[in-house]
Amino acid sequence: MKLDFTHIQAAHCENGVTTNLLQFAGIRELNEPLVFGIGSGLFFIYIPFITVSNGPAFSFRTMPGHIFKRTCKALGIPVFRKKFNSKESAEKFLNEILRKNQPVGCQVGVYYLSYFPKEYRFHFNAHNLIVYGKEEDNYLISDPVMETVTRLSAFELERVRFARGFLAPQGQLYYPVVNGNQITDTMISNAIRKGIKRNVRDMLHIPGPIVGVSGIRYTAKRIRKWRDKLGVKDAGLYLAQLVRMQEEIGTGGGGFRFIYAAFLQEAHKFIPNDELLKISEEFTKAGDLWRSAAVQAAGIYKGRIGSQADFNQMGDYLEDISEVEKNAFLKLSKVKLN
Amino acid sequence: MKKKDIPQDPSVLDNFTKEVSYVTDDDGKYTTGLSRGWEVKASALDVSWENIKSRVSEARDKVMQGKASPVLFFMELRIMDIPTLAAYTGYWRWTVKRHFKPGPFRRMSVNRLKKYTEVFEISIDDLRNFETNPEIGETYLKELEKSSK
Repeated sequence: MKLDFTHIQAAHCENGVTTNLLQFAGIRELNEPLVFGIGSGLFFIYIPFITVSNGPAFSFRTMPGHIFKRTCKALGIPVFRKKFNSKESAEKFLNEILRKNQPVGCQVGVYYLSYFPKEYRFHFNAHNLIVYGKEEDNYLISDPVMETVTRLSAFELERVRFARGFLAPQGQLYYPVVNGNQITDTMISNAIRKGIKRNVRDMLHIPGPIVGVSGIRYTAKRIRKWRDKLGVKDAGLYLAQLVRMQEEIGTGGGGFRFIYAAFLQEAHKFIPNDELLKISEEFTKAGDLWRSAAVQAAGIYKGRIGSQADFNQMGDYLEDISEVEKNAFLKLSKVKLN
Repeated sequence: MKKKDIPQDPSVLDNFTKEVSYVTDDDGKYTTGLSRGWEVKASALDVSWENIKSRVSEARDKVMQGKASPVLFFMELRIMDIPTLAAYTGYWRWTVKRHFKPGPFRRMSVNRLKKYTEVFEISIDDLRNFETNPEIGETYLKELEKSSK
């Protein structure tokens, strides 16, 4: 049973699943940058009081699931989403839905994902992939971060669908319920408008020090104290964690900032205000600064540098980034989008 | 980042996939390009794995010194933390923490031992005889060394 599904590689899993499921349903106007922007995917949060893999918790994107949900909602497309208590009913349901010629997105944990390199198999439960068929005991898998399709045995798929721990998937599957929906340019323009407004809100107006551009500045201050608090070695480990969250499989580079810059260029095709192109350049600049910060961090965690001045430089980078993003979002908030 | 600057550094991604990067062409227009890997993040991953190996090795030492139970070792080996292990076993976090202590571990029921062996994907012998048979710890440490470069 193999659906007529086209695999397209993306930078980020949730963007890729959203785009590919919509493409399958005949909605061809969207691509990864548009989906990311409409879904208001750009974010930053540093949660100092929890640990992930024994290190600090950072995220450069919005909550898992929001990009898919928001994009479908903005286009008036209902979403089917189901979690399961039993592994058997989860598999049974999947088989039935595939028989109805509907590929589905699945939330999975990557620890048991057999086709991932061992080095990437952490207890991370917010990965997304598409199941688009079944051949004997193997499910046909379109994982957007990969160049090609792959497969998982029924047992392997069950293990990843039912990974436990933080953000446990509980067998969750989802797909857009497209019923001959016509997606007009006006609808996309409105979706873009909404996505931008919400992203401005998320990066500028959420109260508290740990979120958005304030969160970036806050992280800068904390980084300057890490050397004293943790010692050079552990502080280096924390920086390595920051770099991994920023650059590892799925951000397109620069902590999603380049994807957002690409989004603003795509947005310009629907809302031809040249300000969008200028602001796009600001996000490219931010992404480049994030990457420069990562190079500095690498010097520290590789043990080449490590003085307080070197940590202060990291802090300086993040403060610059915070300023650039703040100004970019402020400009975005003032752009005439009608 | 410009298209011509897309890093093509070797990394563990080599046997897996190239990644999509968003980059600008010569006219400043966004396009995508494939990256083999970036040395900066490859070394971040390496450093993280070095840390994991130390943690596992330290846990082994603690167990052999009678300061902790093998549950601690295997939790570190499977790169879990207490909440994750609690979620997989269904035990409360404080219960898991108790099981790190040699005394309570020795008094653990066979069912509980079996639950841990299931979750850790090890044999009951590995768990029961870890302290008296140093080969067990050695074997797992060697495997860890191999599997992460």
